[in-house]
Amino acid sequence: MKFTDLHLCAPSDNLEQAKRLFSKSAELGFSQIGVPLMPNVREETVDQLRQVSAEAGLDFVTRLDLAPRSSGDLLTGLRRFRRKFEVVSVLCNSKSVARQAAKDRRVDLLCFRSFDSNKRFFDRAEAELASASSAAFEVDLAWLLSSLESRSGVSVFSRLRREVATAGSFGVPLVISSGASEPLLLRKPKDCAALTLLFGLDESRAKDALSIDPGAIVERSRRKQSEDYVVPGVRVVDGRQG
Amino acid sequence: MTRVLRRRYLVLKVDCDKPLEAAALSDAVWNAVLRLFGESGASQAGLYLVRFDEKTGVGILRCFHTALPMVRAAVASVTKIGDAKAAVHVLRVAGTLKALSRKAAGS
Repeated sequence: MKFTDLHLCAPSDNLEQAKRLFSKSAELGFSQIGVPLMPNVREETVDQLRQVSAEAGLDFVTRLDLAPRSSGDLLTGLRRFRRKFEVVSVLCNSKSVARQAAKDRRVDLLCFRSFDSNKRFFDRAEAELASASSAAFEVDLAWLLSSLESRSGVSVFSRLRREVATAGSFGVPLVISSGASEPLLLRKPKDCAALTLLFGLDESRAKDALSIDPGAIVERSRRKQSEDYVVPGVRVVDGRQG
Repeated sequence: MTRVLRRRYLVLKVDCDKPLEAAALSDAVWNAVLRLFGESGASQAGLYLVRFDEKTGVGILRCFHTALPMVRAAVASVTKIGDAKAAVHVLRVAGTLKALSRKAAGS
């Protein structure tokens, strides 16, 4: 089974630290990693990171984290940067941003990182929009572990349990990521799946959230960005006869 | 006759910046189970640190088979041992110590 971690926070300006993170991730059993990059990242930097990850035996996926202040900001960011990155996630800090991100087919991942229940907007309406646009609901384990340290674990798990159940009932894919910025925050895929017990996810869904669902997002994005892609369901086939 | 509460042995690998003692690891795992699952949950876990090699950071933890998912979640949630940042990984799980050493020899 191929495990994917779509949120490995490797620094793009420190290749040594990135190398340590990549080799630890590979050692723990991941084969594909998504690294968030700045919107204006240079091609050389991406190539260097790709090379370092390939040396560790990992498939490198470029990721952009958008944290827009309004839905207009989100649309501007998507228009400018969508084609440049393989995975785009949106940190939903307001209801308007959350709704727009859920509706937009260009968004791959919806992230909610507030500890305050009033600032988390993944409800039934959001899930219905997300299921129509194939956006996935992302849970960051590093963020979850930090909630335990800050003693807000109870409210976070309670809220997350409801959100995960809502996502399940509307068929919204779930993605579990590490969100790790240092090797000590990384966990093996089975241990990541074990942590999801804390918010009521069963083992098979947890494994899908670590392998099949994130892998499908990357594959879909790469297919859309390939040269022979036209629109969904239509592909250029160079089949000259004679 | 099989035991009602069978045991599971977990091989743990601890990544930590500072040298560790067995007691510190045991405390960290117990506290994690207590914090996440309460005293009732901890009482059902049957936790016992069988052995721990301080040089390699590898140890064997025993628990009841019914508590295995709970113990795995608690072990994965450990981010500090004492004051030092740490991560605990479960390398292998087996029903007996003999099976553990057989699996270790096989790999």
